[in-house]
Amino acid sequence: MNKLNFLQPDKNNLNTYLYTGVILVAFSIFIVFLNSFFNKDIVSFLPGPISFFLPLILGFIGLHLIRIDYSGYKFLESINKNINTNNFNAFLSLLIVFVVIKSLPPLLSWFIIDANIAGDSKDVCTGSGACWTYIKIWFNRFMYGMYPNPEQWRINLSFIALAFLGTIGFFATEKFKKYLTLYYVVVYPLIAFFFIFFFISGGPIFFDFSYGIIAAVISIIIGFFIPSKFKMYYFIIVPITLYILLKYVFFYEELIELGKLEALEWVETGAWGGLSLTFIVSFFCLIFCFPIGLFLSLGRRSDFPIIKYISIGMIEFWRGVPLITVLFMSSVMFPMFLPEDMFIDKLVRVIIAISLFEAAYVAEVIRGGLQALPRGQYDAAKSLGMGYWKMHILVILPQALKLVIPGIANTFLALVKDTPLIFVVGLLEIVGMLNLAKTNPEWLGFAMEGYVFASVLFFIICYAMSKYSYNLEQKYKTER
Amino acid sequence: MSDKIIQITEMNKWFGDFQVLKNINLEVEKNKKIVVCGPSGSGKSTLIRCINRLEEHQQGSIIVDGNELTEDTKDIEKIRAEVGMVFQQFNLFPHLSILDNCTLAPIWVKKMPKKDAEDLALQHLEKVQIADQANKYPGQLSGGQQQRCAIARALCMEPKIMLFDEPTSALDPEMIKEVLDAMVNLAKAGMTMIVVTHEMGFAKEVADEVIFMDEGMIVERAETKEFFANPKSDRTKLFLSQIL
Repeated sequence: MNKLNFLQPDKNNLNTYLYTGVILVAFSIFIVFLNSFFNKDIVSFLPGPISFFLPLILGFIGLHLIRIDYSGYKFLESINKNINTNNFNAFLSLLIVFVVIKSLPPLLSWFIIDANIAGDSKDVCTGSGACWTYIKIWFNRFMYGMYPNPEQWRINLSFIALAFLGTIGFFATEKFKKYLTLYYVVVYPLIAFFFIFFFISGGPIFFDFSYGIIAAVISIIIGFFIPSKFKMYYFIIVPITLYILLKYVFFYEELIELGKLEALEWVETGAWGGLSLTFIVSFFCLIFCFPIGLFLSLGRRSDFPIIKYISIGMIEFWRGVPLITVLFMSSVMFPMFLPEDMFIDKLVRVIIAISLFEAAYVAEVIRGGLQALPRGQYDAAKSLGMGYWKMHILVILPQALKLVIPGIANTFLALVKDTPLIFVVGLLEIVGMLNLAKTNPEWLGFAMEGYVFASVLFFIICYAMSKYSYNLEQKYKTER
Repeated sequence: MSDKIIQITEMNKWFGDFQVLKNINLEVEKNKKIVVCGPSGSGKSTLIRCINRLEEHQQGSIIVDGNELTEDTKDIEKIRAEVGMVFQQFNLFPHLSILDNCTLAPIWVKKMPKKDAEDLALQHLEKVQIADQANKYPGQLSGGQQQRCAIARALCMEPKIMLFDEPTSALDPEMIKEVLDAMVNLAKAGMTMIVVTHEMGFAKEVADEVIFMDEGMIVERAETKEFFANPKSDRTKLFLSQIL
């Protein structure tokens, strides 16, 4: 063992080991760096295999030498603790560092050094790198699809307004906190719908179903302030009265004619596209699929056979068919079953289809959370005199939903990444626009840039969502 | 009728093919404290779970405070609100603070204003001596404190009857006493209590009557002193000799 002692670093000769080790590691990194960035191999005089592995061997020995416990140097300690805990980890760390150094130059040259962004035609892209000119020229299309250029401020305005209204919850005072659920579940989606209908689509101010919507909203909002004793009657009487009032007393048909004064140019949904369509589809699908999934999951655990089997049927049906066929059906088959004079917009059909599809997944995720709760929670809630809904809203769901935040986030991310599939019905969101652009005869051969661009955008969106879900998890962590 | 708050007649219950409760007849008068004991699997817990219909019985009748327990769900929530229950595993709501645990049901079930509910909750928490922990979460408390909070939570509904399902079985020996103290105080305040427990000391101290159950049947029911001094059935004698 004495022979090996000089290889076993200790504190007595701290500096000797430290300097030798650091020099060895630095030298090994230097070799790889030169090789990678300047294409020079300074150890080429050695036989092939040895020169190839030399940096790894030197670095490994170097890391071994600096693995000294309680050296007193903070930086050294943190290195030893994090990347240099044992021989195997040291080896892996070195390998990763080398691979990163090796792969940096080609990436840099493709992304930046050899890339072109100037000019406005294909001809400037002569280098071997990426042609960002392509993205620059097509940027507008990638964001807004075929939406007419002079009208694009409408999309921007709507999105900014919706983003602002979406953050209101953060500023709500204690007094208004209890209305936030009402706001986010009922009011906010409706505001979003109206923004998209009036501004992005340019629809008339009053339209055929708006008296129904207005009646429903007003009655729901008033309903929150009605004592529970009268609630049963209230929800039947008031919407119907409002409906009749609006339709026959305020002469709605005439208002609709008035509302059709065209302030904004009508842009049909077929022309929408690009990233804005990705946002619109994801947004509405996320909003709708969650409550539907919630009810399906509760329905599946219900004691009433009819509700139970309808829920099971829905879940198993939507889980059992591929999304692409669902979308295809929604666009081709579904209109056949509708009465002839009834027309539902393609985008709306797609949103309904995706929402139902994802709701089935959400339902099963939530059911997982419901089953994870101990039976005692149900017993305790019941023994305090709570009925089914009180028990679920106050006790069961807050806990179950907290448990399934990662699973829900998973489903939502999958949903966002599934949106490109709507190309099968002819709606072109960002990936669809890319596919369109890459077949443009003037811009052939830039598929790579396009896909990289889309990947980066999707990554940003999805990473933000996953971060947010992680924050939610932390926020609601009360036990353990 | 008037002072008989619980009346169980000819009650039978099955779990599948297995009969857990056989021909149970039990009457409990107001303000009586009754301890139910017996070996595990004898149906004690099932019996008191039947009293607030956490379990459904198949035959016979259970009348609680003048209301018969049937399939009518609207009724059952009212009855449950008047019957407090404390569980072996505490079953506090882990996502709510101690105070919120206590105010949740009064606010949402009894429609009590939030301020009043909080005052009431603090009063009851004070009685079980954990008012200073009101803003903590259940996960931060010891088992004994959690169980006392569970008692306070049940009391906040101002029940007429309290059911205890082995309230000290999941506790460390040191914490058993603090929970039993809270229960003794409650008994002295005149609450009607049915307690499933193995704590014979507690039975001797507060119980008016003791019921011994085995294999789903009530084997013996007697005044506390009588029960411990000269039990009638052999099964009871055997049980007592093993437990005391």
